[in-house]
Amino acid sequence: MTRMVLSGNSAQAHAARLARVQVISAYPITPQTSIVEKIADLVATGQLKAEYVQVESEHSALQVVVSASGMGARTYTATSSHGLLLMHELVHWASGARDPIVMGVVNRAVGPPWNIGSDHTDTMSQRDTGWIQFYAESNQEVMDTVLQAFRLAEHPDVRLPVMVTEDAFYLSHTLEPVDVPDQEVVDKFLPPREPHAILVPGTAARLGSFTGPDRYVDFRFEVAKAMERVPATLRFVEEEYQKATGRHHGGPVPTYRVDDADAVLITMGTSTTTARTVVDEMRAAGKKVGLAKLRLFRPFPNEEIRALGATVDRLGVADRSYTFGPMGAAATEVSAALYPSSHRPAVTGFYAGIGGRDVTPHVVRRMYESLLSGAAPEVHWEDIEEEVSVDG
Amino acid sequence: MAKLTLPAQELMFSGHSACPGCGAALAMRLLLKGLGPRTVVSVPACCWTVIATPYPTTALGVAMMDNPIEATGASISGIRAALDAMGQKDVTVVGFAGDGGTADIGIQALSGMLERRTNAIYVMYDNEAYMNTGVQRSGETPLGAWTTTTPVEGHEHGKIEAKKDMMAIVLAHHPVYAATLNPSFPEDFERKVEKAKAMTGPRFFHIFAPCSTGWRFDAQKTIAVGRIATDTGVFPLYEVEEGRFHITRKTGTLKPVEEYLHAQGRFRHLTPANIAAVEAQVRASWERLLQYERESLIAPTPAEAPTKPPATRA
Repeated sequence: MTRMVLSGNSAQAHAARLARVQVISAYPITPQTSIVEKIADLVATGQLKAEYVQVESEHSALQVVVSASGMGARTYTATSSHGLLLMHELVHWASGARDPIVMGVVNRAVGPPWNIGSDHTDTMSQRDTGWIQFYAESNQEVMDTVLQAFRLAEHPDVRLPVMVTEDAFYLSHTLEPVDVPDQEVVDKFLPPREPHAILVPGTAARLGSFTGPDRYVDFRFEVAKAMERVPATLRFVEEEYQKATGRHHGGPVPTYRVDDADAVLITMGTSTTTARTVVDEMRAAGKKVGLAKLRLFRPFPNEEIRALGATVDRLGVADRSYTFGPMGAAATEVSAALYPSSHRPAVTGFYAGIGGRDVTPHVVRRMYESLLSGAAPEVHWEDIEEEVSVDG
Repeated sequence: MAKLTLPAQELMFSGHSACPGCGAALAMRLLLKGLGPRTVVSVPACCWTVIATPYPTTALGVAMMDNPIEATGASISGIRAALDAMGQKDVTVVGFAGDGGTADIGIQALSGMLERRTNAIYVMYDNEAYMNTGVQRSGETPLGAWTTTTPVEGHEHGKIEAKKDMMAIVLAHHPVYAATLNPSFPEDFERKVEKAKAMTGPRFFHIFAPCSTGWRFDAQKTIAVGRIATDTGVFPLYEVEEGRFHITRKTGTLKPVEEYLHAQGRFRHLTPANIAAVEAQVRASWERLLQYERESLIAPTPAEAPTKPPATRA
């Protein structure tokens, strides 16, 4: 193990190196750019022996890795924001073709107006494409989750692509000490991908094909069943990773001081770190608050959320995106997961950190106070201090 | 009549679901005869998505990957990269796309593939419209042709724009080899396939694919329509290697273009003045091609390029 000082983007690139990816393709976009630069550097210096296909668009980047993965290669790509949106057609394709691609996504706002700040709208808009989605809180978690993602994606029970996301700038461009596992340790945890069984040169076979209504649903059902197997497989993969490196990131929904809590806030990504300090501070002041992190968003961790909901009366969910549903994307899913439960806590959907607005301790404290007051609204925009009409 | 000297192997099988007289089916059959079994074909949404037959069957004796309509260029780059990474050096990688999937929506991915020197053959099989969706105009639909979106009714008289010159666009990328092929001339076709197969680097085929359904001719006339297309100069047969043009079929004098146009229902509405305009365009293109052939013998394009690009890169 080596301790390195890495940005989230460097952690992505080093994880791809350690995973011995065979084909990489990417197109530059702020704030993902330093991933493609770092990979170019790793390939040029021989630290990573991979085919690095430099393309003319994100759409082509994902097609390159879809086709390479379909031939049996281990593949990696990375993008952000508009790049991910341009990929959208291939995002669906990758899961339908059961290509175990790992993609780093730097969560960035979507224009207009142009904004490179952190925002989850880009990946939230891909939540129904059949990809597994992780939201990372630290650069260490980025590194570890990318390595776990390959093992999970290629597992015969799963065979689905995985996105490992990181908040723009808070992780992508912020340096943190990261424990980087040794190559031998990773090689043992993540052996080479098993040869692909479908497209073998010299044989008559077709990957993709077309079907009518008589068979199409069977393919969808297979994807659904694979998705259902993710939680159990992730548990196994995390245990294996812990054996290899000593680190465990707490499963799909790690919790913090939720026992006996009157109110629990659910966060995603970097706002979790801020919220953790606020929990400590408020606990010290005698306020019973707790925290849960949605590390895994797809498949949605229904069981963990129901277990959490059974122990608390007031839940807040902080969404870093706006998705035009009844609440934010995560808040809506949390509510839906809880609905069949006999004990249903009151749920408030908070919009916080949209477009890179800082989610400060002050903002987090306000969310907790609102929940504790017992009069929290159904949804609330934390970034907006007072209602301002666009008409002036 | 001389005996045809074509490879005996068949890698496209009966039971496919092409229309009777399909030029695109002939194009695939002849292509795979020349390329052999160690070929991987990437096919976007096009007639061939359907011709290859539904899951779990296939009409091809080779490995085939489907890809979205605009992404064939990228798909073959990915296939080649994977084969290189896995150490498989003896496989021919082919993108087999229609004219819409190449000249319209797929032109960006094609340009990218050529520019990054992907070691693969990109085929545009050209039936001159979106045939799989039911005959809508594409950038490759020729001047004057009827399609369902260039109707002949009211004040409309078919397509008012000329066909996009894909060979010129491709040649601007300096591929190692580019050629026009026509299933009506199978020996010329196979010679070009075998020549290209032996090369390394980006290669491009523009294959003429008459469509009896969309062009409105009797399904048994496909070969005749193809032959007259070349012999009128509408679809000249040539190849460009290292920048040198070589016309591979010259008959002395071109036949009147009217013979080609009158063979198909899609041109039925053209007036003598329209036909004269098409004739003038075809003649001018032919003269330009002759000129390219003469000039490129003296000064082939790549020799003038400031830096010669590498033959190939994944």
